[in-house]
Amino acid sequence: MNNLGTADGHDMHHDDSHHGPSKGISRWLYTTNHKDIGSLYLWFSLAMFLLGGTFALVIRLELFQPGLQFVEPNFFNQMTTMHGLVMVFGAVMPAFVGLANWMIPMMIGAPDMALPRMNNWSFWILPFAFTMLASTLLMEAGAPNFGWTFYAPLSTTYAPETVTFFIFAIHMMGASSIMGSINIIATIQNLRAPGMTYMKMPLFVWTWLITAYLLLAVMPVLAGVVTMMLFDIHFGTSFFNASGGGDPVLFQHVFWFFGHPEVYIMILPAFGIVSEIIPTFSRKRLFGYDSMVYATSSIAFLSFIVWAHHMFTVGMPLAGELFFMYSTMIIAVPTGVKVFNWISTMFKGSISFEVPMLFAISFVVLFTFGGFTGLMLAIAPADFQYHDTYFVVAHFHYVLVPGAVFSIMAAVYYWLPKWTGNMYDETLGKLHFWLSFVGINILFFPQHFLGLAGMPRRIPDYALQFADFNMVSSIGAFLFGFSQLLFVFVVIKCVRVGKKATDEVWDGSHGLEWTVPSPAPYHTFTTPPSIPEGSH
Amino acid sequence: MSEQVKQESQTPQNNSRLVLKLLLGAVGMFGFGFALVPLYDVFCDITGLNGKTGGRYSYEAVEVEVDEERLVTVQFRAMNNANMSWQFEPVESQVQVHPGELTEVMFYARNPSSSTIVGQAVPSVSPFRAADYLHKTECFCFSQQTLMAGEDINMPLLFFIDQDIPEDVTKLTLSYTLFDVTANFQQAASL
Repeated sequence: MNNLGTADGHDMHHDDSHHGPSKGISRWLYTTNHKDIGSLYLWFSLAMFLLGGTFALVIRLELFQPGLQFVEPNFFNQMTTMHGLVMVFGAVMPAFVGLANWMIPMMIGAPDMALPRMNNWSFWILPFAFTMLASTLLMEAGAPNFGWTFYAPLSTTYAPETVTFFIFAIHMMGASSIMGSINIIATIQNLRAPGMTYMKMPLFVWTWLITAYLLLAVMPVLAGVVTMMLFDIHFGTSFFNASGGGDPVLFQHVFWFFGHPEVYIMILPAFGIVSEIIPTFSRKRLFGYDSMVYATSSIAFLSFIVWAHHMFTVGMPLAGELFFMYSTMIIAVPTGVKVFNWISTMFKGSISFEVPMLFAISFVVLFTFGGFTGLMLAIAPADFQYHDTYFVVAHFHYVLVPGAVFSIMAAVYYWLPKWTGNMYDETLGKLHFWLSFVGINILFFPQHFLGLAGMPRRIPDYALQFADFNMVSSIGAFLFGFSQLLFVFVVIKCVRVGKKATDEVWDGSHGLEWTVPSPAPYHTFTTPPSIPEGSH
Repeated sequence: MSEQVKQESQTPQNNSRLVLKLLLGAVGMFGFGFALVPLYDVFCDITGLNGKTGGRYSYEAVEVEVDEERLVTVQFRAMNNANMSWQFEPVESQVQVHPGELTEVMFYARNPSSSTIVGQAVPSVSPFRAADYLHKTECFCFSQQTLMAGEDINMPLLFFIDQDIPEDVTKLTLSYTLFDVTANFQQAASL
């Protein structure tokens, strides 16, 4: 048993009953506790996931058959835009932040985040931002309809009036992310327990440290670009207006300077999660810890110099096309290192296939597949064929859904017993996994063929030759979508009932979070633990 | 294990210094985003990318030798942006010039609508690498053009090709896009 006592032998996990959490709604409004705030982020992101998923089902419903049966084109465009915005900024990012809040302090032996009160504000900004954004659906001008990438001048000169609410919502979400990143960096750099050196930190902590720096670097650029939009729309400037000396292509450059690191922000924590789960269920240490750290850092650095691969068809000169093509292809190298390390971890391991491991293994396979289509897109001349087709849609959904989303679900299943003290229902969890796995592949795989056959993206209706694969894809969408209700059921059930979980929960688990009781006490590591020699 | 149990960080003050640095970093990146606007302009200026031709050029200020041996074809295109309703076309669709030779061409514009409209022409040169070598000494694109309802005009363009233009550039295209900027110049429109 680890020596977790303090010098005077006092059991530090004793939950001081005279200042436990307050009762009622003020607990949640005013909490500065990282576990509470983590839970708030996670519940919020689950709600946003279901909202964004509903928008997706409207899209797939309309695309089920050729012709316009259910919605008007302008509303369809609102659905595609809001689906993207809500999923990116409301589901994936807050979920990773929620996991960071819950797990990072426990993983490094810290009592809480470095700035607990700012932590509260970082969360509470989000429901207000998304209420403002979602409320535009009910306004006469309608919700933003210019795609989640909101290129100018469609989002400036030709935008509905509600674009201003969109801009303010982005400002708020950006502020939340920036404050959250500052908190995470300060926590990881300053609050590690003695003996927890950087190269002993769990991979989840490493990937979040790097992600937080990425966020800090690029979220302000996003804030800048939407501010420029605001000025163009309301104050007569011409950042993106050629007639005033500006340039719409400038928008694309500045947006994607944010946008590309953003997609790495959405996957690096996933890499960290998978690096925690696979060793546990392989009962074997992570292969190549050091190279994992260096590979993640390389990916983060490279992510700053590839942005124009989203703009291959904009009219760049050859030198530009070549530079961005080569730099994009190079990112595959450190990514490959990580994939090989996960596989090597499993090799000759003693593997069991609980639900977190199922999600983690399918992450490795399907994310790699999405990475392959990314390499195809990186080849600039080929991209002229793929750009703005469903091939791109298939690519990013493979890296985001069986990528980021599966890693989040894996993490939830993995750590739910620690959070609640109950084991989740393994049978229902496995059912949720298999339905999701089959569903997403039926949903997204045919979209590769649609793209290669020439179907453009962001269209409410299509030529007849695309009908069959669209029908298949829509069936997959409804299968995947409704399976998520099972996930909600499993989570809620686990919160309320379940087999009692031990401290260690999983047979092969290692790390400080498994040394505290399940459920984790409200305050953990109020005095720092001692870190055993030789970890990692 | 150890008797003295203390955090990796020494005191709460370490948090403040780091937080301040990170905050300044975020503010700096916000400024960097805005700085990208002039930075891209400089980059395009230096490289000639984006087909921008630069401002007014002074013919007398340079040592110009007209290269009688060589001819460069300059093609002209004129088009309207989305809501612009003017008739707008080059009088001659192309000319052949010697590098260094100052040439004048005219562009015809007519406002067929029933209200005064202010137009702004924005030039672009293709291929990009030729943009640096096209110098305009007089151009209707340097300012806005106001036409009353039904009014028409012949607008001059005086230009020359720099004698240092690469040997392999034998043809280039100067394209103008005409924008309706009446909303931005209400005082001109009301004259």
